[in-house]
Amino acid sequence: MDFIEKARIMDSPRINRALARLASEIVEENHGAGDLYLVGIRRRGVPLAERMADKIADLEGHRPPVGIVDITLYRDDLSTVGAKPIVNRTDLPGDIENRNIVLIDDVLYTGRTIRAALDQLIDFGRPRRVQLAVLIDRGKEHRELPIQADYIGKLVPTKKSEIIKVMLQEFDEEEGVVIVERPPGETG
Amino acid sequence: MQNVTFNRKHLLGIRELAPGEITHLLDTAENFRDISRREIKKVPALRGRTVINLFFEPSTRTRTSFEIAAKRLSADAINISVSTSSMSKGETLLDTARNLEAMAPDCIVVRHSMAGAPQQLARMGNAPIINAGDGAHEHPTQALLDALTIREYKGRIEGLKVAIIGDVLHSRVARSNIYLLTKLGATVSIAGPGTLVPAEFAELVEQGLSVERRIEDAIEGADVIMILRIQRERQDAAFFPSMREYAVHYGLHPKHLERAAADAIVMHPGPMNRGVEIASEIADGSRSLILDQVTNGVAVRMAVLYLLAGGGHAEVDADATERIKHAAKAETRNGTTNGKRKRKQGNETPNR
Repeated sequence: MDFIEKARIMDSPRINRALARLASEIVEENHGAGDLYLVGIRRRGVPLAERMADKIADLEGHRPPVGIVDITLYRDDLSTVGAKPIVNRTDLPGDIENRNIVLIDDVLYTGRTIRAALDQLIDFGRPRRVQLAVLIDRGKEHRELPIQADYIGKLVPTKKSEIIKVMLQEFDEEEGVVIVERPPGETG
Repeated sequence: MQNVTFNRKHLLGIRELAPGEITHLLDTAENFRDISRREIKKVPALRGRTVINLFFEPSTRTRTSFEIAAKRLSADAINISVSTSSMSKGETLLDTARNLEAMAPDCIVVRHSMAGAPQQLARMGNAPIINAGDGAHEHPTQALLDALTIREYKGRIEGLKVAIIGDVLHSRVARSNIYLLTKLGATVSIAGPGTLVPAEFAELVEQGLSVERRIEDAIEGADVIMILRIQRERQDAAFFPSMREYAVHYGLHPKHLERAAADAIVMHPGPMNRGVEIASEIADGSRSLILDQVTNGVAVRMAVLYLLAGGGHAEVDADATERIKHAAKAETRNGTTNGKRKRKQGNETPNR
């Protein structure tokens, strides 16, 4: 079984422009950066959160704090995933109490990762508000939980057989977003 | 897959582990450490799982540590203390194993005065077994927590010089530590009375271990000094004349520390006999990491329970590994990368 690259939907400048727009939408919606607190979901949500924090700093002159959540221990499929996934650290510096949290991830698909991140966040305190920003939304029809994004870089309706690959220079050799597909007949 | 993982069903000893498996256990434990510093010290990873602490020997620290670790992972921990005194040990173990199996535990943590008891349980039942100390054989989680503590303060294990002082003969802690430290590239010197530190110990591992008579020689230049407990309960034979004499010749005193590295650390697995194997001013001094060891014990046991008691099916994961491999291959073929791609896998969530 091999994957076929079907389309390249974003390159580095487009990712950058999308993040700039998301940053300004976030600031507008939250009336500035004062109570903002960005939380990146490991792994690729983390560099996205850092970049968005930089852009918010450019706009507002104040860089919101950036935290990291690792959802591994909150996954709902831990007992079925075989060899245990590697656990990384969750790091939420300072206090999230009464902050306006923006959760940030690269792709919104089933919503299960976001559920896990929300559960974890609530174990750390009681934010005033939690919003969700994603670079790619694969479309509502894939959702397995009642979770939607408040800020969307790009809406990319996809088939279940397709996979969205987000590549960021922090982890990958290049930047870009591509759609790859399993050959027909394969399920995953 | 570039990450070495820990795919064993049981943790019976350090001796059979590869260095990569030990490092993976330590890395995992490191990431569990800060859960105990949170206000809500609990994650749902093992919700609905049952961990049985089966202790045939008295223990407060280890049993409590396993219990706290299980509870912080949301598992249900059940403690069973069994006295072996009146029964033949083989029968008791077999019967107990059958009874426990009938209650469908997801993991059994076992301590037994008989070396090999955890191995026997592992052969008899279905549940993953964690050895919490078997006779004078092994105590793997103690060695792991010691290594985690050393790594925390020294940043590494490789290249360090470690002195292990005291009753090595009766000590499962010493054996597990000798295996672990030499596997990860430290050199170990053991020292104590000839009756408790037989010269044959040098053959325990292929390299990296030396046996000294005088504790001063073992401590010379040491980065880490591990003091073992004099096990009064195992001293019915006369291994040394008196506690007082032991304290004079083999107890750790402040003057010894001058011979060690300037930043040497001192460890003890507890419970301590103050004034016997270790002077109080060292135990309470700035080099002592005895309480850090206890804290790290919870993190290590959380990591081990997470890796062993979580269930799951190996074939599902093999499938995932295949998928990743194929994806990487497809990328290369389609020219989206220039050949060698470093993919960090392991924490990718398929169900985002």
